Amino acid sequence: MRSEYDVIVIGGGPAGLAAAIKAKELGLNVLLIENREFLGGIPLQCVHPGFGIHYFKEDLTGTEFIHRIIERFRALDVEYYTNAHVLEVVPYSYRHKILRIVTEEGLFEVAARTVVYAAGARERHMFEIGITGHRVAGIYTAGEAQTMMDIYGVMPGKEIVIVGSGDVGLIMARRFTLEGAKVKAVIELMPYPGGLTRNVVQCLEDFGIPLYLSHAVTRVEGKKRVERVIVTKVDEKLRPIPGTEESIECDTVVLAAGLVPYLKVIEKAGVEIDPATRGPVVNSYLETSVPGIFVAGNALVINDLVDYVVEQGEEAAMGAYEFVKNGGLPALKWRKLVKGRNIRLAVPHYLADTKDVTIYARVGEPEENVRLRFPEIGKEIRLPFVRPSEMIRVKLKKEEIARAKDRITMEVVRDE
Amino acid sequence: MSEIKKFRLTCIVCPLGCTVEVTMEGDRITGVEGFTCPRGKDYAIQEIREPKRIVMSVVKVRGGRFPTVAVKSDRPVPKELIPAIMKKLAEVEVEAPVSVGQVIVENVLGTGANIVATREA
Ligand SMILES: Cc1cc2nc3c(=O)[nH]c(=O)nc-3n(C[C@H](O)[C@H](O)[C@H](O)COP(=O)(O)OP(=O)(O)OC[C@H]3O[C@@H](n4cnc5c(N)ncnc54)[C@H](O)[C@@H]3O)c2cc1C
Ligand code: SF4
Repeated sequence: MRSEYDVIVIGGGPAGLAAAIKAKELGLNVLLIENREFLGGIPLQCVHPGFGIHYFKEDLTGTEFIHRIIERFRALDVEYYTNAHVLEVVPYSYRHKILRIVTEEGLFEVAARTVVYAAGARERHMFEIGITGHRVAGIYTAGEAQTMMDIYGVMPGKEIVIVGSGDVGLIMARRFTLEGAKVKAVIELMPYPGGLTRNVVQCLEDFGIPLYLSHAVTRVEGKKRVERVIVTKVDEKLRPIPGTEESIECDTVVLAAGLVPYLKVIEKAGVEIDPATRGPVVNSYLETSVPGIFVAGNALVINDLVDYVVEQGEEAAMGAYEFVKNGGLPALKWRKLVKGRNIRLAVPHYLADTKDVTIYARVGEPEENVRLRFPEIGKEIRLPFVRPSEMIRVKLKKEEIARAKDRITMEVVRDE
Repeated sequence: MSEIKKFRLTCIVCPLGCTVEVTMEGDRITGVEGFTCPRGKDYAIQEIREPKRIVMSVVKVRGGRFPTVAVKSDRPVPKELIPAIMKKLAEVEVEAPVSVGQVIVENVLGTGANIVATREA
């Protein structure tokens, strides 16, 4: 390790690898730090296809997708450490950050002019979704179960109940079934499935796995290991309806109840957080409110497509490059991106007319035949449908951004 | 005249998930409607005649960094053969090193599809 780098990338998943590759290509000296014993992040444990359709124009498995990225990373000879954990990022001065890193050889303090934070997301656990009962063996998050099964080759259980019908829950239901486990049910709180219809079809219907909509797992019971779960119907306000309890025998509960950007490492540095994304507030260079700390991937906003994650990694690296080259980002006139009708979240939060910007957003409610409208700059896009489970990605050109004074509203309007 | 039957399918080729309706007279397909692009029509016809899927799994590895290597079929295989293929894969054990794209099982159960590695080991 040197004592100072232009950029230190935290996290060796798709966002971090893409950022490190781009930064190296731009001529910066780069260090990448990865927590686990291998590079690759989540895709390395995803054996199903559905990755890279936009980025590589091919439908790859997660493992194939990340293999291609890792090959590029290796070819550039980027310095990196695995089994290394970043404990803290201290904003020592405007132009310097100090990182405290634990590796197998001990604790190091390393300086960086910029940081790209790409530590991904953490999975929501049972206490966060209101499940009570016994703390017994046999309760896993989807990511834990996936790592056990698809990296270490150990089945998490024989009779499984999955909590959450987002794409992660659906895909895991298919994996468990193919590997010989019995998925007794997938339980979904909302009245509609969280994931794509194609995944309901090819992951549940293909195997006859029951999907309980408008139901919650309210209790887990068992002595040493899970023996059953209690599921309860919920009303329109998502409150359990007394008297509708039903018991499902199983030995394993897998929680696929959503992801939250993992910010522990940079929270203390004082980055401002957006309550809607639960990730940092960023400008169009993906810089957080702490100058020189950039963020990308699931640590910025929960993405459903790895393609966008890689794109954000590259964007953050370009931001870091501007910062290193100019000793900080220039003072710019920022336009605030304002969430209008049916926009639940949107990043980046502040836009400047110095470059084209890609906006990633999600709606609150599903709608059909709508227009996505930016009234201040007179831009409108027709969309056949919008759904909370599918991220909207839209580019604004710098000339378009320049038309706005201090705010740019983004809204979904119905066709008359 | 033979009986007319209608089947509603969800196309799984892309995330749009169009509803495609196939009309059959006896065992003849006489109409396909509702697809947005030609891939949806092909999918629906294939799905009625002989549904196929890509299979993915992991197989055991000796002497590798991890105890498993990820694999998939390099083309879709008949859905009804998937349980048999999975059973076969559970018995397979390979020797490290394994590279991405390496054929692990050739022409699995006579389907014409190869099982290939999708992760290094
Ligand atoms: C079951 C499942 C199915 C999916 N299916 C698809 C799909 O079909 N198609 C698709 O496009 N996407 C899919 N995704 C989404 C995709 O995997 C993610 O969008 C992507 O992995 C996010 O990348 P990331 O780099 O932001 O985070 P991650 O992949 O989570 O990588 C973050 C990395 O940072 C490391 N790290 C964390 N903290 C520290 C620290 N303090 N110090 C050092 N390192 C740290 C972690 O170990 C990890 O390796 C799926 C995800 C899941 C869980
Ligand atoms: S018909 Fe075409 S557009 Fe519709 S889901 Fe199938 S592939 Fe996608």
